[in-house]
Amino acid sequence: MANYNTADPTITSRPASVRKPPRVDFGPSLIGRVLGRTVTLLLLIGFALLFLYPFVWLVSASLKPKSEVFDNKLIPDTIQWSNYKEVFNQLPLLHWMFNSVSIAFLAASFVAISSSIVAFGFAYFRFPLRNTLFGIVLGTMMLPTSVTMIPTYLIWKNLGFLNTWVPLFGSNLFGSAFYIFLQRQFFLGLPRDLFEAARLDGASYWGMFWRIAMPLARPSFIIVFLFEFQAAWNNLQGSLIYLNGGTAKGFTVPLGISYAMTKYAPGNGGQGDYQFVMVAALIVTVPLLLLFAAGQRYFIEGVATQGRKG
Amino acid sequence: MTRTAVEPSVAAQPAPSKLPKQRKFNRSEALAGYAFIAPWVIGFLVFTLGAMIYSLIISFTHYNLATGTAPPAGIDNYKELWNDPQIRKSLSNTLFYAVLAVPLEIIFALFLASLLNRVKRGAGIFRTVYYLPKMTPMVAVASMFLLLLNGNTGAINQGLRKLGINGPQWLVDPNWVKPSIVLMTLWGVSGTMVIFLAALKNVPRDLYEVAELDGAGPVRKFFSITVPQISGAIFFNTIVLTIAAFQVFDQVFLLFWRDQNNPSSDDSLFYAVYLFQQAFRQFNFGFAAAMAWLLFVILLLLTLIQVKIGNRFVYYEGER
Repeated sequence: MANYNTADPTITSRPASVRKPPRVDFGPSLIGRVLGRTVTLLLLIGFALLFLYPFVWLVSASLKPKSEVFDNKLIPDTIQWSNYKEVFNQLPLLHWMFNSVSIAFLAASFVAISSSIVAFGFAYFRFPLRNTLFGIVLGTMMLPTSVTMIPTYLIWKNLGFLNTWVPLFGSNLFGSAFYIFLQRQFFLGLPRDLFEAARLDGASYWGMFWRIAMPLARPSFIIVFLFEFQAAWNNLQGSLIYLNGGTAKGFTVPLGISYAMTKYAPGNGGQGDYQFVMVAALIVTVPLLLLFAAGQRYFIEGVATQGRKG
Repeated sequence: MTRTAVEPSVAAQPAPSKLPKQRKFNRSEALAGYAFIAPWVIGFLVFTLGAMIYSLIISFTHYNLATGTAPPAGIDNYKELWNDPQIRKSLSNTLFYAVLAVPLEIIFALFLASLLNRVKRGAGIFRTVYYLPKMTPMVAVASMFLLLLNGNTGAINQGLRKLGINGPQWLVDPNWVKPSIVLMTLWGVSGTMVIFLAALKNVPRDLYEVAELDGAGPVRKFFSITVPQISGAIFFNTIVLTIAAFQVFDQVFLLFWRDQNNPSSDDSLFYAVYLFQQAFRQFNFGFAAAMAWLLFVILLLLTLIQVKIGNRFVYYEGER
């Protein structure tokens, strides 16, 4: 394939405004264009409805009395606000939320800080085997978690941390491959002169990291934090392994909802009170939606960066 | 990626001695570098390398959690992998799912990204809406789809009935269990879509304009310009999605296997779920460790094959 490209070395820094020659309209006719645009817009709206439908359905199901949950009407015949009060009597939802918020906050803070430190080590300093070691960092992303799952369990068990929060954020103290990669990319973008100048002014290596690099790296720090918060919020398998032996109050959100799904399943002697599952599912979604509302551009930027690591 | 720019100050160092290797690194700087990466090194030695070795050892034992003993088992666990019919069943289920899910995800995500890339005003709103499923916790998604996919009362079959189609028993019919999971996966395809969208934004516009002058239609433009230009992203997404497909756990566990007293049929047994059950419900650590290594080898081979094929088709930017 021919190389169409200019010498621009990085994908990220390509200027958005590649110079456009004046548009010569040999293409589709005006009518064709308007038609094309309308079809595009209709498709976009159609898919938006498709993606939104389950949410609307969820909100309405959460407001219905038990007998109407399955009628699939988007506007409930009977609106039963009391579901939102009763769910807290039925399930220790506040405990789950508190546990998950705490764990997710610790997990995200730890991994964001430790990954930044490691990333700065790889980005700024020159030392033997640096590139080899960084290659290993990238290589560990390939490893399925199940390979290390059992030994990790045994480590935490022998340290006496079963049925505590520690296994759910403990390994985050040591950085995480993708986040190290992401932070390093950011640090590499900082001009080296900045650090050389600080050196001359007598800054320590730690000072360079903490006072110069970190404040500048806030965007990628936030990306890492948000990503890990979401991952911890969703960590079902970890909760199953480390918290399942405890009481229901000690559950996290994913473990709790899973428990609720079973509790109300009719096949299991439950009463089929799915409206409570729906309320709970909706409530545990809200924190992530708020996070997304606050940091949408960081999420999008973070995901887009994943594609560039290849 | 590992290749960083040649450090200019190295070259500028005075007095090129006969032993350049020793002069190449500034001692205090190198030590500081090691100090900075020390957290990762420790974590790697314990939670990755150490754990891998430990896991490999366990896979050759009948590890007993209750007594903490590990009687040697030779290759028993690996033989059992071959003999256990549920291994074959769960592997074929997972493979079936992956073969169905990955191409559909790629096509759907690329289609959505192309749509988004065509509009200027309002694209942000659509992108936000499309991304919402990705922000929904998997437990919430599973709770919703448990009811939406219900064969008799679910909204999906109700909708199909209006179109005159008699929908299947999604979560019960052995043939429809895996497509159900695919459907849930596709609903959350927006992560892949965002990666494609970023790639599409990087395709130089003048290429399309030149093609238009040459009279290329939209289909031709898509296959002759867009696809080659974003082949890197297609390649990356395919690898990542394949690896993810082989490790699918949450959805399957929540829909079919969360209730220990009420086991599902083997038609919904995915590899990661079976592995989890062997490890943390039966506590067959030796066998589960062997399963994990089998998965690792499969994924490694698949990725190598994909890289091999990919290298033939993927068009890289000038930097490569």
